[in-house]
Amino acid sequence: MALNIAYLAVIAALASAAVALGADFRRSGLARIAMFLLLGVSGVAATVAGGWALLENLKLTEQLALGLPWLHWHLRLDALSGFFFAVVGLLLVAVSLYGPAYVRELEGGKQPLAVLGLFTGLFAAGMLLVLLADDAFAFMVAWELMSVSSYFLVTHQHQNAPNRRAGFLYLLMAHVGALAILLGFGVLAGHGGNFTFDAMRAADLPPLWASIAFALAFFGFGMKAGLVPVHAWLPEAHPVAPSHISALMSGVMLKVAIYGFIRVSYDLIGDIQWQWGLAVLIVGTLSALLGVLYTLMQNDLKRLLAYSSVENIGIVFMGLGLSMIFLGTDHPVLGVIGLIAALYHVLNHAVFKGLLFLGAGAVQYRTHERDLERMGGLIHRMPATAALFLIGCVSIAALPPFNGFVSEWLTFQTALQTPKLESGVLRAILPIAAALLALTGALAAAAFVKVYGVAFLGKARERRAGHAREVPAGMLAGMGLLAVLCLVLGILPTTVIGVLENVPRLLLGQVPPSLTAHGWLWLTPVSAEVASYSAPLVLAAIAITFFVGRVLLRRKANPVRRGAPWDCGFGPLNARMQYTAAAFAQPIRRVFGPVWKVQEQVEVTHAEAPVTLVSGIRHQLHISDWSWFKLYEPIGRLVLAGARRIGRLHSGSIRTYLMYSFATLLLLLWIVT
Amino acid sequence: MSAVPEPAVAWLLAAVQTLLFIAAAPLLAGWVKRVKCHMQNRAAPALIQPYRDLAKLFGKDVVMAENASWLFRATPYVVFGAFVLAAAVVPLVAAHLPTAAIADMIVLVGFFALARFFLALAAMDIGTAFGGMGASREMTIASLAEPAMLMAVFTLAMIAATTNLSVVIEHNLHAGLVLRPSLLFALLALAMVAVAETGRIPVDNPATHLELTMIHEAMILEYSARHLALIEWASQIKLMIYAALIANIFWPWGIAEEFTVAALALGTVAISAKLALLAIVLVVWETVMAKMRLFRVPQFLGFAFLLALLGMLTHVILETGA
Repeated sequence: MALNIAYLAVIAALASAAVALGADFRRSGLARIAMFLLLGVSGVAATVAGGWALLENLKLTEQLALGLPWLHWHLRLDALSGFFFAVVGLLLVAVSLYGPAYVRELEGGKQPLAVLGLFTGLFAAGMLLVLLADDAFAFMVAWELMSVSSYFLVTHQHQNAPNRRAGFLYLLMAHVGALAILLGFGVLAGHGGNFTFDAMRAADLPPLWASIAFALAFFGFGMKAGLVPVHAWLPEAHPVAPSHISALMSGVMLKVAIYGFIRVSYDLIGDIQWQWGLAVLIVGTLSALLGVLYTLMQNDLKRLLAYSSVENIGIVFMGLGLSMIFLGTDHPVLGVIGLIAALYHVLNHAVFKGLLFLGAGAVQYRTHERDLERMGGLIHRMPATAALFLIGCVSIAALPPFNGFVSEWLTFQTALQTPKLESGVLRAILPIAAALLALTGALAAAAFVKVYGVAFLGKARERRAGHAREVPAGMLAGMGLLAVLCLVLGILPTTVIGVLENVPRLLLGQVPPSLTAHGWLWLTPVSAEVASYSAPLVLAAIAITFFVGRVLLRRKANPVRRGAPWDCGFGPLNARMQYTAAAFAQPIRRVFGPVWKVQEQVEVTHAEAPVTLVSGIRHQLHISDWSWFKLYEPIGRLVLAGARRIGRLHSGSIRTYLMYSFATLLLLLWIVT
Repeated sequence: MSAVPEPAVAWLLAAVQTLLFIAAAPLLAGWVKRVKCHMQNRAAPALIQPYRDLAKLFGKDVVMAENASWLFRATPYVVFGAFVLAAAVVPLVAAHLPTAAIADMIVLVGFFALARFFLALAAMDIGTAFGGMGASREMTIASLAEPAMLMAVFTLAMIAATTNLSVVIEHNLHAGLVLRPSLLFALLALAMVAVAETGRIPVDNPATHLELTMIHEAMILEYSARHLALIEWASQIKLMIYAALIANIFWPWGIAEEFTVAALALGTVAISAKLALLAIVLVVWETVMAKMRLFRVPQFLGFAFLLALLGMLTHVILETGA
């Protein structure tokens, strides 16, 4: 039954694509509604099917008469894929609420809406199929469907050259990653006998081959997930897509890559070695820290959010790395806590990053701006969007009592269990990783103070921001759903973990009872003695002090008077005197200088008469990503040089080509004999 | 675990302790100010001056900047709420109160971060350069102080194998007089962070409104009347939280473990003495130090982080044994 609902989700997504292809958008809004309605049906079905499989810990398998004659498509829905199914479903529901109003703006654009609708449907279906696949062939087909259809979404507005460039880079990186994944499956299939996941699971790999398969999977899925240093495609590709697609890409597609990583390493390979965990932890920590440092320096709202996805994926991989270290050193209980922390952060990041991208889309919808320096004061013009966006910011900055805090807290708690490890080196490295996570969290808070402070607070910096209006109700509903989830996931962590526990139960066969032992009110990862957190009581206490304070102070107070802000006696302030986004991040830029490639130019023009008087200052600031200059460009140059060498074979003369054929034939004959 | 009486009494005690904490915070600030004045050969204000200031501010009418939004109005309550909650979690007179289990040390750091986040946002709400400047500096300093603080907390957590404050205190209380180098490093780091986070010299100067150097004051420049009172009170509570943390974690002697009248009275006397002494140390420190340039602060906090890291490493390498 759950599997049938899962099919319904896929079919509804495909139907949405078909509707988009067949309908005439210019004539009526009906097609637009139908398209998103079907997407919403798909989302609800995916949430129900996934949630069902997760709650009941189902393990449903089926073979479909699709695919190769000797290899039918094997499909499977279990707790792990169910969890990710539900995550995708939730975001699809939010997007389908948000979409109908949002794409209106694109209707008048150069590109037909049909293309957008078609590939959105295919993209959703691709993601859902990846999660259902139970053999390598179906997995790769679905994976490519997801990658290629999202390429068309990235290049949707292909009249802009940067979008085409971002799209090409995206496609290239997606396929380099897919190649590594394919090779990884090849290693597993070579030992397992065939391409079904069941055979791979049963295979008994020698440690060396297991490590090779793991390394390939880590590279391939890590590339798709956007880990440093192979992340550079992500901040190029995600921002240029329409915002509801950005929300899906950052919120969910990256999670599908994480699903692949967990499926291959925990489920298919099985015997986890602690060295893998260490590698994952180091890469994850680097991604988190560098991701947030780059986030801080962005002034393009959507690009900033994309970099912050690198950070959050890093945090997820830190949790996974800790979990693998503990599993590899035979501490299954702690391994489970790490895995749950990672899964919880997957869910949280999907929700708040989805919310923030939709919020960025709402701002763009009304102001046609992505540049923070041109916004400002939107809290007065778009109060509901501003309130919802604030919830997203508080959540992503990992502040209690919202959801981001819970998963980071669980990650900290896992890292603090290091005294249980035997190896002194590991005991020293894990707390350092935890400290870097703390740095990451604090910097993320700074980044989102900057985003919210510059975009929504203060005064409007440009006319368009000053004339913005609130977005339509549908868009608010989409964001509202995610904002409510942010709060619910934050204050009921124990309930959520009780559900998530089925994933480690499936993968590792055991779960510590302590996590949820003290009821819904208390979260105690290891035991009540070691650490406890009660999010509901925190919320209650904040609410009580807030209201007591307000009631006590408001009772006999006179109404608030308004006056001009303090201007040091120099006369009225204007909007250009506010702190800019670049200025806000300047102290941090100075502290962590070498992390970025910074090019800063200040040109001062002096006035004619008194030379000391300055008539104008021009300030230019370019902050770029080192990974471009140190990794991508050298590799690109190497590939080009290699291609040029090989190109010399093409002399253009038919005699030379005939000679090549003849020589090859001789060689082959020699080998055969 | 010591004998715990019935939950109602424990919760009542916890509430009383929290109220005591909040009520005593201005007193500590007054004491610091008074000792400082004596030390610097100035005429000292009365010990209860902070209470008079708060009462005056609560009585006044609010004047708000034209551009202020609802966020600006809500922030003082959020900040105050976060610090009251933090005060409820920190053991002052007695350990093992039920409120201490609501949040551990990491959550405590989270409460500080929550208050700071809203304060920085409120500073940017008006749209003046001062607000942005204060917010930017505060977030920069916080982003360096928070990891140092957590690192010190992790060291404590690893020594006592818990992040629960009560249990850490109990562990240190029963461990006897063992001089652990890791604890010493953690103490130094925590003290430096406390100085930075509470806006004392050499990082920030609580007594100045000099435009180019101020951090915390720049953020709250536009606040007036009851809003300002709440924020001032909250920062007094913050000072007291840090002082109580340092006093009770590193010198836990005297804290009440049983809820008897004698034990509680002893606890009250002990914590009062400890806080008064700590305040004197702070005053001496503030008197002999000069305020730092803003861009020297990262080095200061980097040093704190290094100390905390050393503390953790000495614990891992020397004290646990392979």
